[in-house]
Amino acid sequence: MAEHIVTKKQYAYVFVILLVLTLGTTVAGNMDLGPFNVVVALVIAVIKASLVVLFFMHVYWSTKLTRLVAVSGIAWLGLLLWLTLTDMISRGWLGVPGK
Amino acid sequence: MANHSLALRHQFEDVAQQKDASTLGMWIFLATEILFFGGMFCCYTVYRSSYPHAFGIASNHLEVLWGAVSTVVLICSSYFMACSVNSAATGYRKALVGFLVLTILLAVAFLVIEMSEWYLLYKEGLMPGVNFTYKGIDPGHVQLFFCMYFAMTGLHASHVTIGIVILIILAFRAYADVFTPAYYTPVEISGLYWHFVDLVWIFLFPLYYLIARHLQG
Amino acid sequence: MITATVEARDNYLTHEYGVKSWLLTKDHKRIALLYLASITFFFFLGGIFATIIRLELLTPPGDLVSSQTYNKLFSLHGIIMVFLFLIPSIPATLGNFLVPMMLGCKDLAFPKLNLLSWYIFVVGGLFVLYAMLIGGVDTGWTFYVPLSTSYANTYVILTAVGVFITGFSSILTGLNFIVTVHRMRAPGLTWFRLPLFIWSTYATSVIQVLGTPVIAVTLLLVALERGFHLGIFDPALGGDPVLFQHLFWFYSHPAVYIMVLPAMGVVSELVSTYSRKKVFGYKFVAFASVAIAILGFLVWGHHMFVAGQSVYASMVFSMLSYLVAVPSAIKVFNWTATLYKGSISYDTPMLYAFGFIGLFTMGGLTGTFLASLGFDVHVTDTYFVVAHFHYIMVGGTMMAYLGGLHYWWPKISGRMYPEGWAKLSALVVFLGFNLTFFPQFIMGYLGMPRRYHAYPEEFQVYHVLSTAGASVLAVGYLIPAMYFIWSLRYGPIAPDNPWRATGLEWQTSSPPPPDNFEITPVVTHEAYDYSVVEEMTVG
Repeated sequence: MAEHIVTKKQYAYVFVILLVLTLGTTVAGNMDLGPFNVVVALVIAVIKASLVVLFFMHVYWSTKLTRLVAVSGIAWLGLLLWLTLTDMISRGWLGVPGK
Repeated sequence: MANHSLALRHQFEDVAQQKDASTLGMWIFLATEILFFGGMFCCYTVYRSSYPHAFGIASNHLEVLWGAVSTVVLICSSYFMACSVNSAATGYRKALVGFLVLTILLAVAFLVIEMSEWYLLYKEGLMPGVNFTYKGIDPGHVQLFFCMYFAMTGLHASHVTIGIVILIILAFRAYADVFTPAYYTPVEISGLYWHFVDLVWIFLFPLYYLIARHLQG
Repeated sequence: MITATVEARDNYLTHEYGVKSWLLTKDHKRIALLYLASITFFFFLGGIFATIIRLELLTPPGDLVSSQTYNKLFSLHGIIMVFLFLIPSIPATLGNFLVPMMLGCKDLAFPKLNLLSWYIFVVGGLFVLYAMLIGGVDTGWTFYVPLSTSYANTYVILTAVGVFITGFSSILTGLNFIVTVHRMRAPGLTWFRLPLFIWSTYATSVIQVLGTPVIAVTLLLVALERGFHLGIFDPALGGDPVLFQHLFWFYSHPAVYIMVLPAMGVVSELVSTYSRKKVFGYKFVAFASVAIAILGFLVWGHHMFVAGQSVYASMVFSMLSYLVAVPSAIKVFNWTATLYKGSISYDTPMLYAFGFIGLFTMGGLTGTFLASLGFDVHVTDTYFVVAHFHYIMVGGTMMAYLGGLHYWWPKISGRMYPEGWAKLSALVVFLGFNLTFFPQFIMGYLGMPRRYHAYPEEFQVYHVLSTAGASVLAVGYLIPAMYFIWSLRYGPIAPDNPWRATGLEWQTSSPPPPDNFEITPVVTHEAYDYSVVEEMTVG
């Protein structure tokens, strides 16, 4: 594996973006965006998380295998949420007889 | 440990193989960690989607300012950890030790803030199982919110604590000049762990502190 | 056959002596034996509980033990057998011993972590044992809420913590295997030259790594809820007990594949060696392991058809459950096709492999019955389900485990076991097993519920048959335990490759040297290429 040393400058850029996004999400959280508050908060969180994973954790320069491992962890969490929610969302679709 | 080719353990053929194996091992461990926290994130998702109103009320009992400060503290800590890895890779021992100490100090600061928050919630009677006296709207589901809050931040705080212990050991070893540009895998994989801890908080912050902020007042 | 000169050569058993050399060993082979000893202990402990259960069920009234004691018996039987025997069984013993040797390397990637896994396992086991000694637990192995969190008056937290801890042992073993398979293969050993045992162990490790943390955190929540009287899963406070079941089965259904996938790997090795043929459709069998590992995560809801889960979710889970039958069937068909026109020898391991194929097929087919919504509602929580999963776990995993233990025993111990006794025990196990569990299909279908210690008289005939079978089965398990110990001292010295098998583990001495190989082997052939072995034996 080719060694890739990330410079302090590159880290600093990412760091500043993360701080700006933290400020952004805090400000956006205090505004009333209706149903979009959740969406904005999560989108910003995902962007921040991606920045940390890609640059602080070097996935941007890493092997396919490392990426596969990272993606599998997230994908399996997705499975857990997805199939649990199929139950939770459809629980009330069928009325209870006599109720 | 003077000669770092000696850091090669007998089961490996060469240093590159050893480094690759350690990094891969850490990533697999982190995949495990995703699902470890994932079980709780799943509970949170289900309950929040079922009782958004109660979760909104409960969320407004948290201090958003302290949540944001914690986030900044942890991101700074993560940044200094990244700088530690860079210093180790380029062979600056003093910088490595310095950055590690900064990382540790910020981690401790994070824990202090978090524990103060816990203490305030305890005083307010919002700590289920210990002191829960909330009598407002929908106490059952507000209780559920705080159960999940303490379980998740508690699990996260335990990871921070473990991280601090690892980083202290690392700082002492760095001070003893164990790491060189040819051998700094422990710094790198501890860094991965530390960034993961940051990552979890990046989600905990909006999910607990922000999502219902606009419903306030 | 080559005459063996074991005494002359340094091997992993004689390399060092003393208790300390075992307890602090980093050698994967010695750690495998540490696991072998511990899980054998737990197997017989779980077996004792099963024996008392079967004795109680000999007569319709609950006369031997009280209902409370009976609840504790089946709970401890389940918890010990699942978490302390079946989950570590093949991966932690045969897997630990064989993975580095099959890959042609000196040890696993992280030997210290491997030893740590064993200690974690032991600590978890001690928690369960301690809970057992001071009063036991009566929630069943499933720890269902709200029984476990609010109503049970037994040592739920201790036991849950024990299971939580052993979970980490399982995770770390899986992690170690995955890294080893990726990074430590001998030169020339490409993915499609790997033995199928490695493929299935790899798939198992993926499940261990991605599934186990979820049950760990779930049990943590149960312990917190019980300890602090929280309401995370308590419906009275707005929690959802069905959510607990989702989280529990997200791990515990794939856990079945943690048990049976390595067993399939063992059977692939056995079937090939004793019919002296390459496994038919190698790639299909290899990918079927991976497919089972992935599909296994999509079907957990079939445990919850009557638990209050939405009917629509049940329909989705039911359909997905059928999918698992496809890779499982691929395996069974391919083993059978491997036998076709092979030159089959009926050595003991092969007898176990035949037993596995038959019993696994029955267990698997009744599994598809249970995947169908209508039928499952009829037989939920009856002995039909009990029979089904014992066909998979005892008829499947246990058969393959014993088969594998016989097959690799010469390599592990350097001694041969007595073939006559071994064949007898294989037969006794097979007959005893079927006599124990087949009647349970019938009585379950007729409506006998599980977990009851008293029952109507019309079921007695089946229970008597089952108890009779259980005593035969117990004898079948005791015979190998005895002759394996006997063979350690009196067994004939084993040659390096008694079965003329392929695979790198047979190319080193029996027992292997501490570093497995004198020189790192170079692989130039596909797996199961018997022409190579014939050449070596002739030339």
